[in-house]
Formats: sequence, C-alpha cells, structure tokens
Amino acid sequence: MTATVSVTVNGTKYDESDVEPRLLLSDFLRETLGLTGTHVGCEHGVCGACTVLVNGDSVRSCLMLAVQANGAEITTVEGLGTPDVLNELQAQFREHHGLQCGFCTPGMLITGEDLLRKYPLATDDEIREGLSGNLCRCTGYQNIVAAIRSAAAMRAEKTS
Amino acid sequence: MSNDMRAQPSDVVRPRNVGASIKRTEDLRLLTGRGEYSADRKPDRPLHIAFLRSGQPHALIARIDTAVAQASPGVVAVFTAESISGDFKPVIPFSRMANYYATPIMPLASGKVRYVGEAVAAVIATSRYLAEDALELIEVDYEPLGALSRAELAVADDAALLHEEAGTNVLIAREFRKGDVAGDLEAAVVRVGGRFEMTRKAPLAMEPRSYTAEYEKRRDAITLYTSSNIPGIVRDAISESLGLPGHRLRVVAPDVGGSFGSKGSLYPEELLICIAARKLGRSLKWTADRLEDVSSSSQAFAEIVEAEMGFDANGVATSLQADVIGDVGAYSIYPWTCGLEPVQVVSFLPGPYKIGSYRGSVRGVATCKPPTGPYRGVGRPMSTFVAERLMDLGAKALGLDPLEVRRRNLVRPEDFPYRIASGIIWDKTGFLECLDAAAEAANYEQLRIQQADARNHGRLLGIGIASYAELTGIGSRIAVAPGMPINTGSETAKITIDSTGAITAAFGVASHGQGLETTLAQIVADDLGARFEDVRVIQGDSDEVPMSTGTYASRSAVLGGGAAKHASRILQEKIKRVSSHLLEANQDDIEVSEGKAVVLGTDRAVTFKQIAKAVYSDMKTLPVEAREELTATYTYDPINGTTAAATHIAAVEIDPATCFVRILKYVVAEDCGRIINPMIVDGQVHGGVAQGIGAALFEELVYDDDGQLLSASLVDYVIPSAPEVPVVDVVHIESESAVAGGFRGMGEGGTIGAPAAIANAIADALSPLDIEVSILPMTPERIFKLMEQARLKSRGKADE
Repeated sequence: MTATVSVTVNGTKYDESDVEPRLLLSDFLRETLGLTGTHVGCEHGVCGACTVLVNGDSVRSCLMLAVQANGAEITTVEGLGTPDVLNELQAQFREHHGLQCGFCTPGMLITGEDLLRKYPLATDDEIREGLSGNLCRCTGYQNIVAAIRSAAAMRAEKTS
Repeated sequence: MSNDMRAQPSDVVRPRNVGASIKRTEDLRLLTGRGEYSADRKPDRPLHIAFLRSGQPHALIARIDTAVAQASPGVVAVFTAESISGDFKPVIPFSRMANYYATPIMPLASGKVRYVGEAVAAVIATSRYLAEDALELIEVDYEPLGALSRAELAVADDAALLHEEAGTNVLIAREFRKGDVAGDLEAAVVRVGGRFEMTRKAPLAMEPRSYTAEYEKRRDAITLYTSSNIPGIVRDAISESLGLPGHRLRVVAPDVGGSFGSKGSLYPEELLICIAARKLGRSLKWTADRLEDVSSSSQAFAEIVEAEMGFDANGVATSLQADVIGDVGAYSIYPWTCGLEPVQVVSFLPGPYKIGSYRGSVRGVATCKPPTGPYRGVGRPMSTFVAERLMDLGAKALGLDPLEVRRRNLVRPEDFPYRIASGIIWDKTGFLECLDAAAEAANYEQLRIQQADARNHGRLLGIGIASYAELTGIGSRIAVAPGMPINTGSETAKITIDSTGAITAAFGVASHGQGLETTLAQIVADDLGARFEDVRVIQGDSDEVPMSTGTYASRSAVLGGGAAKHASRILQEKIKRVSSHLLEANQDDIEVSEGKAVVLGTDRAVTFKQIAKAVYSDMKTLPVEAREELTATYTYDPINGTTAAATHIAAVEIDPATCFVRILKYVVAEDCGRIINPMIVDGQVHGGVAQGIGAALFEELVYDDDGQLLSASLVDYVIPSAPEVPVVDVVHIESESAVAGGFRGMGEGGTIGAPAAIANAIADALSPLDIEVSILPMTPERIFKLMEQARLKSRGKADE
C-alpha cells in the first residue's frame, strides 16, 4: 500500500506518488525530494538536527511520517537564503561563528527562525531555553546564542 | 635623503590575513543546505547496507542462516564473514611496543563475537528500509562464553580470554620511570593520593558515521566518501587489505559533521562497503543510526588510576606515581592501537609540572565493549584530572591556596625546553603566564571572597583550577601513538596557479569543523601574496597529494600551516622570476601582493592571470626556459612538535536539593602561539570546554555486568545542551612557537582542562562536608550519594 503525498516545500509544489506510509518525513525530504540540507542526527527526536517548519511550526522531521505532511507547507534550510543572499539569521550565524562542522546548523537555523517569530528573546536564558532541544557538539552554543541574540535585536529594531 | 634608495617591501602596511577573524569560507554552503556530507552523495541507483549486530557480549557463532533474508523483497545480497573471507586481508594495528598484542580487524565478526554491537552480517538491498526489514530474517545461533565486563576482573588469572591467541586479556602493558620514586615519597612531608576514575564516554559527533562507496565499472575503481578525519590512512589501509592500488581507490572526506576522535580510526564498515561494492559492481551507501553509532564507534576514557604525589615542606611536588588500568574494549584499533588512550595517561601525567621522580605503569585490558580510541585530548583529560586533583589535595594538606601550589610547581620560563619523565619535551610556552592570566580574568581573589560569603549563608560554592600542557603538531621523531609504524609527522601542501590564474591549494588534512579551508587560505594568501578570497583550499581527498594522513592530534594548523607557508614561498619565488621577465625588472625589486607582482615604488604590475597566460598560453612573451609551471609542493615536518598550554578556572554552585551543578563562571587562558584566526580559536575553546563539561557532569556509557549498553539513546546518554553550558571567557597568551609560522595546535585543549577544573570546583564546593571527588562524571546522583554518606558519617561522629 502506498499513498500520494502533496506538499509545498520552500515554495515548490511536489506531488509524489508511491510513498510508503512508513517513510519518515526526513527521508522523504532527503531521498525522495533530494533536499539533503535537512540532516538526520538521531532518528529519535532528541538532537533536533532534522528540524523543519511544517505550516509555520518547527517539527522534527524524523518523528513525522511523510504521509502526515500531506497538504502541508514546509520550509527547510534550503528555503531560507542563498550563498549570495543569506537571510538575516544565516548572516548572523556567519558573523558570530555560530557553526563549525555545520551538521546541527540547519536544525539550529530553523529552530531559530521559529523562536524569532514567536518569542521576544529578550534574554540569553530565554534563547538558551529555546535552543535546548537542539544539540550541538562543536560550538559550546555561545556563538549560536550570540547570533540569535543579534538577529532578535535586528528584528526588534525593524518592528519598532 | 637619497631618492635612489631601494624601496622597502611593504610588509608593515599590507593587510595581513593571519591574525584576523576572517569569516569562514565553509559557512556559505553549510548555512544554506548546500554542504555535502557522505550521506548526501547521490550515486546512480545505489544499494543500501544494514548491519546485523550482535546482541551477545561474548559468544561463539555456531550458525548463521541467511536464506530467508536473501529471498526478502529488495535484497540483493547478504554477506557474512564466511562469504567474504577471500576478498580481503585482515588489517593489523601493528606497533613496535613490547607487551602488546595486535588484534586483527575484520569487516564482520568471524568465529565469535566480542561485544554487543559488533557487526555479524550485512544485508544489501535496494533501500535502507528493505535492508533493515531483512535483518530480522537472519538467524544466528550463539554459544555464550560469558561477558568480560570489568577490566579489573578481566585481568584475573582465571578470567576467560577474549582473544585466545593473545594468551591474556592484557593487550598492552607499559611503564615509565624516572628517579627514585619510593625514596622521594618516603622523604615527602606531605603525601596525597587516591583512586581516580573517568567512566566510559562517547565522542558523539552530531553526524553519525556514514560511508558512500561509488563504484566505477570502467576501471574497477572505488571512490569512498567517508565521514572520516583520516581519509589518507583509510585509503592506505583499504588499499592494502583489498589489494587495490591507490589510483583505483580514492578516499574523500567531504563535509564531515564532527569527529572528536570517533571518526579517526579505520572501521570494519569502511572495509565491508568497499568489499561489497567490488563484489557486486554497484555503488553502496550506509549511515549509522544513533544506536549503531553510539554502540560501535570508538569510545573514550574508561580508566582507573591509583596515584600518589609527594610534596616537600615548601609545597614543591617531589614525586609522583600512578598505576593505570584502561578498559580498552574488545579490539585494538587501526592505526592507533589500544595503547593510544591509556598509555598517554601515563605519558602526560606529570603535566606542566617539574616533578623530581616519577613512575607510571599502565595496563590496557580487553573487555566486551566497543574499542576505545582517540577522543579529543587523548589521555590528557584523565591525566589532567588526576594531576590536578592531587595538586589540590596537596594544597589542602599544605595549607596553600590552589593557585599558589601551582605557581610553585609549574615549569618556569628559564627551565624550557623541559623534558618530563616519559620523555616528552615541553618547548617554551607560557605555563605561568596562563595561570596568572586566568586568575586575573576570573578575578580570583574576588571569587574567593564571594565564596566565603556564600559559605556563610550555607551555599555550596566552589572554585576549581586546572593547568595542563599538551604536545601538538607532532613531527616525525615522535609517533602519535606509541610504536606505530605509519608516518604522522609530515604534511604536504601543493599550490597551483592554473591557466586561468586561479589558485588552488591542496592538502591532505581533513577538516571536520575546524575551518581549515579558511585558516589555510589565510596563510597561503599572506605567504603567496594573494587575495584571501581567490585561494581555494582542497583537503580531505586522497587523490590530491601522494601521501597524507588527515586531521587529528592538533596537527593541522602546525603541519598543514607549515607546509602552506613553505609551498607558498616557493611559488612566490617562481612568480617573481617569471614577472621579472614580464616587467623587465630585477627579481629583488618585485613584490607579490594581492594577486599581483609589482615593481616596488612603481605602478608597473602584472596580475596572476596575466602571469598564467604568459606561462601557459601566450608563447610569445617569455623565453622558453622561463616558462616555469606555476606550482609548488612542499612536505613539512616539524620533527618534534610544539607545546600548547592553558589554565582553566571554574566557579560552580551545587544545589543541595537537586544536587545539580551550575557553572557560574568559566575562564580559559591559553597559549596556542601565533593565532591564525581568533574567531575560530575562540570557537574551538568554547566547544572543547562544553565537551569537558559533558565529561565532568553528564556523559557516561553505562555497560552492565552482562556487557549490555544501558545508555545508548540521547535520552540516556546526556550531552550538554545550551542551558547547561556557561559563557566561556577566553584569554590568549600568544607566545610564538619555534615551528614554521609560530603556531601551536589548539583544538583539543578545552576538553583537557574542563573536567579537572570542574572536578576541583565541585570538591571545593563540597569541602565543608569533607567530600572528595574521584570519579567523573559527577552526576546529581553521585553527588547525592556522596552527600548522604557524608551526612551519615557526621551524624555517626556526633553520636559518638
């Protein structure tokens, strides 16, 4: 038994037939659609590397089936900015050296986008709490926090 | 002033790349999902591998039946040790060390299994899902032989043997001696000691191990994309094992998602995927899931150290002795051997201190667990934990401040180069400068006042110091692992300007997060006279240089950087020679800068593009003998290596209700010589400290007496997340080393200093309760038990 999954990913519409019901959304994005920017770090919902936005909310794509995403609007790291035009948060990650090996980075960026849209992020404690579901082994988080702090300040300035 | 004076090179005014916090080249692709890790490769219709792993810790394999699995949907092949036995030679982690037994490395368990998680069979199918489905259909009959789960028990005379051919479970034994330890301890005014332990730990890179073998039918050739930090070593080992010459086996480490040592050895799965690709004539993919990664990648620490230190009346450490037992797991790893981690504990135990006499003995004991291997810091997190605890115990017994006892014992500037008992030589490094700078940055005296105040209010606040030294950028005179026959002491740079004027600098090092594409380009830009953004660095590809090993042991800035400097200068000389023809000027009057050769004091210049055109394409501009190919290769060997050092200071508070340790302040003062990119150096320190915090407070691979791993998920194996990691203040002491460029290696230090500093801070916080810290991690559970015991003891005393 297979199903058809219709999703919009980073603004592009995909209709994929023959999707096995057990196929994880993370594997669907990476293998079926070839969007390998989303990384799989643990496959049990702890590390946060595979985080994507589904209908505007951050979701672990390793804990969701592709068929559950039918009809959804999905944003992955490929949908943020390009090397020529980084988006604001990506630019702050680069500015503050918020990445080293880059493996957790897509999940950090998507979680960061979600936090920036939903919370004021007035203190570092708030940012760190927001990031507590995303594991990084390289940076010690300090520069990731700095990047998000800076992006939050820039957004606050824009909206004031 | 004479106006015909020759103009001077504009070194002073030219912007330098080395020393600047240049934004990383790697970031643009990694931030936009355009990176390419091994699992991201998309060869034509690849097959997928899933491994059946042993659930038995130690058992004979009596029978494997793969018939049903073979017939399962999508399955192309099922391999066992028997079905591939003619396709490879076992890889032997050889060493010249005495008292060492090298266990052969096989792609799949042969005859018996020796740890839970060892690969027994490999299913190859059209998708990973189908391959995993078929795993369940393989039948294996085991005859259990009894788990060897504790090193202390495995050394007993009547213990079962894990490797019968070895005749013992002690795979490695070694001893270092200097002076009369027994006599000096006898004469010591103060003797302190204890039994110290760091439990088994996972390096836990965020990217699980992952391999893609791309088969090229035309040449019967393989390109292995591997999440490895030693692609050159992997190439050479697989080439030998499979009888495949290097020009038919290319090993590439593309973007690699961290290693910390876990991707720094040859793995059975790397052998198997290449064997299977050749047997089937197909491209293959395998990525570990997290359980596989934790239970089959090399692990760390697992050492118990009985140690004693003697001091004279002036607080000078006169003698030190230690007996180390390392639980090295089931196999010796390639190429480092099972001696790597435990032997380095005794090699480095005297640390940055002048200690008169020393005896350090070590045994590495086989148990039914995955092999231990390199982990960031190798041996030194443990040796520093022990030495720094002993320093604090000594300070307490002598009535000295912990800062003062270190000041009295650190190797002083006039003592360098200083040879420690195990033969390691410290070159001139800012040991005392780091101690003083850390104390100043931490506002140490103020911290002690705060602590006294907190104690008056019943709060458990503690301050811990750790000083250490490490050997980095090791040259050919010293083996990175004891007695190892492969050369890890040199590194090659090959810099080319092609016919379009583009600059490519190729190295054998293999960045896995360190940002070498950026830092090596900074060096090339400065020493060649190019613009940073014009230099493309290629690394992690065995086809690019004839021989290389990779990135490990804090070597790449020193060895790769040294090679870059030398090759850049050779190429710059060529550019000067060619442009002297083009510009009709004396070579000595030409300066190469910003991608141009300029006649000093004039506006006459040619760009690299024009020079390339003259050399390669336009056959009219240069005499034939002046058409030098614009390429330079240099292999750099620093011979000995260079020291790096630091002092860490941590202030912690323990919540008496939850027993949770909160880090209030963390300061690192480190000497990594001339800094190439301060932003990257700070990042390395932050990350290293975070891992050290994990080792100190959270991370523990718990194996039960049956050899089963009880903490294989990230729920049970806890690594620090953002709220647990404090802001780390980093102070740099830039004392230039004697190697090319004055660099020192620095990627490992954070992990070396942090466990000891935090252990000392916890011990200090708990000192009113008379509690000693001798095991890491100090989880809330362990602290709770220690506090309960202390309460019972003090109640007992009160009752007397």
